[in-house]
Amino acid sequence: MFNETVLKTIFGRLSFESFPIHEPILLVTFAGVVVLGLAIVGAITKYKLWGYLWTEWFTSVDHKKIGIMYIILGIIMLLRGFADAVMMRTQQALSFGANEGYLNAHHYDQIFTAHGTIMIFFVAIPLVVGLINYVMPLQIGARDVAFPFLNNFSFWLTVAGALLVMVSLFVGEFSRAGWLNYVPVSNLQNSPDTGPDYYLWALQIAGIGTTLSGINMVVTIIKMRAPGMTMMKLPVFCWTALCSNVLVIAIFPILTAAFTMLMLDRYLGFNFFTNDLGGNPMMYWNLVWIWGHPEVYVLILPIFGVYSEITSTFTGKRLFGYSSMVYATVVITILSFLVWLHHFFTMGSGASVNSFFGIATMVISIPTGAKIFNWLFTMYRGQIRFELPMQWVVAFLLTFVVGGMTGVMLAIPPADFVLHNSLFLVAHFHNVIIGGVVFGLFAGIDYWFPKAFGFKLDPFWGRIHFWGWVIGYWVAWTPMYVAGLMGVTRRLRHLDDATLQPLFVIAAIGVAIIAVGIAAFIIQIVVSIINRDKLRVGDDPWNGRTLEWATSSPPPAYNFAFTPVVHDLDAWHDMKERGSKVPDSGFLPIHMPRNTGTGVILSGLAAVLGFAMVWYIWWLAGLSFVAMIGYGIFHTFNYNRDYHIPAEDVAETERKHALAGA
Amino acid sequence: MSAPHAHTRDHAGGHDGAPPPDGGHGHGSRRGYVMGFLLSAVLTAIPFWLVMSGAIASVQATAIIVVALAFVQIIVHTYFFLHLNPKAEGGWTMLAFIFTVIIIAIVIAGSLWIMFHLNSNMMPMDGMGM
Repeated sequence: MFNETVLKTIFGRLSFESFPIHEPILLVTFAGVVVLGLAIVGAITKYKLWGYLWTEWFTSVDHKKIGIMYIILGIIMLLRGFADAVMMRTQQALSFGANEGYLNAHHYDQIFTAHGTIMIFFVAIPLVVGLINYVMPLQIGARDVAFPFLNNFSFWLTVAGALLVMVSLFVGEFSRAGWLNYVPVSNLQNSPDTGPDYYLWALQIAGIGTTLSGINMVVTIIKMRAPGMTMMKLPVFCWTALCSNVLVIAIFPILTAAFTMLMLDRYLGFNFFTNDLGGNPMMYWNLVWIWGHPEVYVLILPIFGVYSEITSTFTGKRLFGYSSMVYATVVITILSFLVWLHHFFTMGSGASVNSFFGIATMVISIPTGAKIFNWLFTMYRGQIRFELPMQWVVAFLLTFVVGGMTGVMLAIPPADFVLHNSLFLVAHFHNVIIGGVVFGLFAGIDYWFPKAFGFKLDPFWGRIHFWGWVIGYWVAWTPMYVAGLMGVTRRLRHLDDATLQPLFVIAAIGVAIIAVGIAAFIIQIVVSIINRDKLRVGDDPWNGRTLEWATSSPPPAYNFAFTPVVHDLDAWHDMKERGSKVPDSGFLPIHMPRNTGTGVILSGLAAVLGFAMVWYIWWLAGLSFVAMIGYGIFHTFNYNRDYHIPAEDVAETERKHALAGA
Repeated sequence: MSAPHAHTRDHAGGHDGAPPPDGGHGHGSRRGYVMGFLLSAVLTAIPFWLVMSGAIASVQATAIIVVALAFVQIIVHTYFFLHLNPKAEGGWTMLAFIFTVIIIAIVIAGSLWIMFHLNSNMMPMDGMGM
């Protein structure tokens, strides 16, 4: 038979034992994935959609299509992350006293790690980036982002990272070190398996994508605003997107550097984060939280922007305190860099350090509170239309304020010594992430869906989706606040004290209610697509105020036939007031970027590189790395990057649209 | 437009408010780049020489001088190679630079402060028998 060393050279540490055939849960999941995957591939092949998908979507450099693809990626990964949540909650509801539940510790630890990693990096970030990608260029009256190819490349790098996380489910195993891959658990001596390596390579690849996307968005907002749109006439969503992406550029290199050092530890025997030779594990915590706290604001700031847009649209009023909203956003951007230590008050830095970071954390609640009042005052005496997006805003206000207050409680160092690493903390951050970010993402999807597709989402299923999430959130997480106050720590697989069981059973019921919400969300989309002719609406279904509603819904590839000229904040509202008409003649050829498959190819090679490095398949890693560099250089010689849409085609598109609207 | 040129031009054109001829984008001249290169080379050579020859007996003093020269090196790079000036790109370049400096200062100073306190609080002291 084969020589052992030959096998090792070819397959690295990958062997038959790497496949989890002894885990029935994973086998069933794998079978399900294979069946579903084959069905999808079969359907695409049967209806001959591969060519369409490749030319119209995968290789597209259109910011609108990339935005939609980001959102689809986020929704798919949400299902995976939620499946992990269901498993954890059922395990915790069952596993009391003599009952050990159905997950062993090894598996359970991977699940909570995967849940956190996926929900932040592959659900929240893609959904937020997707919304920004779709809406922001339209709101500033631009044709596309500043670097359209880079945008496509960023998206596919994120997909490559997500793919590596998914592969770890069936080939080898995922990290057991928590969602930030904490040392010393993730050190080589404590986790010699592939888990932390999957984590590191997936996040390094996706992280480069996020950084590039951040640069792209900042340049777009600074350089490509429509004439007349000064910074203080910029829609709030674009302001928050700008601050969020400035944070991305500032913090992701820190995360990349921290992960690189951990990689050097694991691959080349360095000692940055070990206990030997001057290494210090706490330095890893310090570095990842310098990334981690601003990251919270990377997610929530653009969502604050979404709430602002929706509140002002559905109350039919200009946003109350626009400039205070902008200043609050900028202040939060800076302050978010002064609070990271509150994630490890208990590490032992002492009273003076803890006091500084505790006070800084409390200070951050001031600009955030100012924002809450701005939304309330916008609603005050407004003519509120209580449609789906507005419902989410009200649910957010009520839910998020509680999360904010428990956050201030946690910011008090002495209280934190009691609450640190308890379920109270876990309930707090789910309170702000679900009640803040997730509600806002759904609000944004309900709000801008008619923009992207020309028809509204079904309101009946939308309301079930809404109530499922809102009720489900409160039922699932209120008992966790209680359990946390009673001292239950996080990440427990098994509890001995059976008197706590009712709390966990209630939480599991809450998860079931959220599951109804998620199912209703999927049904809502499917039903809306089926009934799209009934749900079809005009270009401006909500009586919007910002420029994205000034073009057709869905917008043409070039967004605006004529670049709009801005005179006031809420530019589209101002145009409607003045009765300005879009010219129907005098079209000019429009200069557009050409689609390219380079992003898909480079990211595919990056995924192969990551996989090879995880399994120590050095020849494949070297090969894919060289191929990546080679293809990157090859792409620079591609001079066929742009084309012009002829003026007649623009005129034809605009004429058709004018007829349809009449 | 090298940074030294930018300097003189800013003075020449600054009073009547005219923007630099190229709209504020830096495109260096040969003189500027050569000067920048020579300064960088010298600023790199000195630390090497200090460490390799051991000219200064105190290790700590050597380290402080090396770090100080690295800071000078950063300024040389931003001035001669990145053509940083308050007018480039309508001030955005300068703003981005200031923001970066603030963030890096917070990160480095904060980390040193935290780790220093951690070290003095958590390390077993002599004679405690830990």
